[in-house]
Amino acid sequence: MMLRYVVNRLLLMIPTMIAISIIVFVIIQLPPGNYLESYIAELQAQGESVDPQKIAFLREYYGLDKPLLQQYLHWVGGMLRGDFGYSFEFNLPVTKVIGDRMLLTIIVSGVTILFTWAVAFPIGIYSATHLYSWGDYGLSLLGFLGIAIPNFMLALVMMYLANVYFGTSIGGLMGPEFIGKPWSWAKTQSVLEHAWIPVIVIGTHSTAGMIRRLRANLLDELQKQYVVTARAKGLSPRKVLFKYPLRMALNFFISEIGSILPHIISGTEITAVVLSLPTAGPMLLNALKSQDMYLAGSFLMFLALMIVVGVLVSDLALVALDPRIRLQGGVAR
Amino acid sequence: MNDSGLAAVPGAADHFVSTAPFDPTSAARLTPEQERFYLASQWMLMWWKFKRHRVAVVSAIILLFMYASTLVTEVLVPYNLHTRHTDFIYAPPQSVHWIHEGRLTGPFVYELKKSLNMETLRRDYTEDTTKPYPVRFFCNGDPYQFWGMIDMSLHVTCPEEGATLFLLGTDRLGRDVLSRIFYGARISLTIGLLGIAVSFALGLVIGGIAGYFGGWADLLIQRVIEVIRSFPELPLWMALSAVLPVTWSPILIYFGITGILAMLEWTGLARAVRSKLLALREEDYCTAARLMGARPKRIIGRHLLPGFMSHLIASATLSIPGMILGETALSFLGIGLRPPITSWGVLLNEAQNINVVALYPWLMLPVVPVIVVILAFNFFGDGLRDAADPYR
Repeated sequence: MMLRYVVNRLLLMIPTMIAISIIVFVIIQLPPGNYLESYIAELQAQGESVDPQKIAFLREYYGLDKPLLQQYLHWVGGMLRGDFGYSFEFNLPVTKVIGDRMLLTIIVSGVTILFTWAVAFPIGIYSATHLYSWGDYGLSLLGFLGIAIPNFMLALVMMYLANVYFGTSIGGLMGPEFIGKPWSWAKTQSVLEHAWIPVIVIGTHSTAGMIRRLRANLLDELQKQYVVTARAKGLSPRKVLFKYPLRMALNFFISEIGSILPHIISGTEITAVVLSLPTAGPMLLNALKSQDMYLAGSFLMFLALMIVVGVLVSDLALVALDPRIRLQGGVAR
Repeated sequence: MNDSGLAAVPGAADHFVSTAPFDPTSAARLTPEQERFYLASQWMLMWWKFKRHRVAVVSAIILLFMYASTLVTEVLVPYNLHTRHTDFIYAPPQSVHWIHEGRLTGPFVYELKKSLNMETLRRDYTEDTTKPYPVRFFCNGDPYQFWGMIDMSLHVTCPEEGATLFLLGTDRLGRDVLSRIFYGARISLTIGLLGIAVSFALGLVIGGIAGYFGGWADLLIQRVIEVIRSFPELPLWMALSAVLPVTWSPILIYFGITGILAMLEWTGLARAVRSKLLALREEDYCTAARLMGARPKRIIGRHLLPGFMSHLIASATLSIPGMILGETALSFLGIGLRPPITSWGVLLNEAQNINVVALYPWLMLPVVPVIVVILAFNFFGDGLRDAADPYR
């Protein structure tokens, strides 16, 4: 049963990924003319000579002379083999350019999710159990502020404060001495030291939404009859809360990954631009600005893949954790 | 009948019979308030319930004022959008004083004196407190074309001849930040409304098709929504707005960005429409309509839509802030709207690095109206959502 669900779910991912790749490919093709032409024109305008061999190589590489469908198949086929295309700007294969950045994007997003949980969980429970108290109102207002403040502004201010009060070298995700070095324990430590600003900045937005939804969910749960029964039988309020409603809330945390992950990744991108983190954000922006579309397309593809996999993991974890889903046999739609 | 064993008893009965005239509603008589409540239309009930949500009402009023102000921006602000004061670059906010040399003289400002600090190479501004320049009200200042038609120069406030009135300071070209924030409201506020109008229509039609017809149409639309949702919003917005042709005029870019924002926002609404339709079309009144031969268009439009329109409006209101934030973020990154079109995001584009926070913090002020509007829309939408179900 479980195995069938997993297989089903994996198979379902394939059409989704194909659709995503088509959209990304369309975006790559959207700018008028192709990058190669404008690249040549730019080089010629600067008076640099154009190496005809290189042009021929690139034309060959992307099959720019072939019809669109073939170009697309060529591109997708390359990705399946781990070949994400060629960045015109950096003169390097895209995989070389983005490898480390993707890893850091995953790390920052992951830590942010943990942060969101750690903050939202106690606050959500407090708000739900102390309904309409001053604490509830105050925390709700704080949550609303978290939603309303654009996170790039928060990032700027935090960066300034961190610099003034803590003397953390601003920007970046690790000490300058670790850049370009292989991973080591010291480097990991340095990353963690620098990661707290982006994590807090990105986390505020998703935390606020999470608290509100957790509060609403827990409130619904607390009004159910089994809670009333438990209370009527004289269970202590603490036990009533912890025994069942909280478990429900835990499931909710996992099912929420799907809805907060896109927000967290969006937040990571823009925050990274402001804080100039070595994650995907700044490079994506640059690639878009200089219309280095294959690089930008790879980033988009990767971020979308991250979300799809994240949702998949959360779905699977939910099935493993929540017996009701299995009992209903809600396997495939 | 008449031959049955029982004889009809004329006149008197064994049991009590009231002689009062029969009144069929006597059991269900309502007090005037109850009557008013039960006879009120759905929208009336929503209005009553909404009124009780005080924060939402205040938010609605704030939003109303903000939108109203965009109609008469030119008159409200002391300077025009593009008026440059080359002598006052990066001037800090000026304060309005009331008391000059111990005497109450009404609101006035002092003249700004500029000096170049040779060590830091910064412009230092000091107030020259010898002469007060009263702030004038309803006076003639920068000339402008009201609504692009009528030549006018009336402003609610303007500075005295020879003085300046930079209540929130100036930017790198010496333009008044306060005036620019007011002008920015025009773009930032309308982009949310325009965007939601487009995505509302899209969500209604697409979600309606999916929910009412079901089957493969539903399956296809569900997949499409899933695919769109599995993109991180901002990077996709970035990619789409970065490929808008450079040759487009700023006004075309404005519509392009609005379209892009709307293209990705309709999914949530479509899902809401779909799930509501799926639930409602199983109701008896819907079956009855179908049996009477009503066409799908009539059933959806006449019987189903009114049932959840209020919910839709509420959730649409709640997705406006996302659009406003999206535009702000794009413009902040420099791939959204382009000058001379001025939105709050374009203004914040000036405050991109830490130097600004340290040296010219007033350039970050356009974030204040952004926060206020987002909060107001959130509270307003919450109030609407609570009111949308008046029978609960």
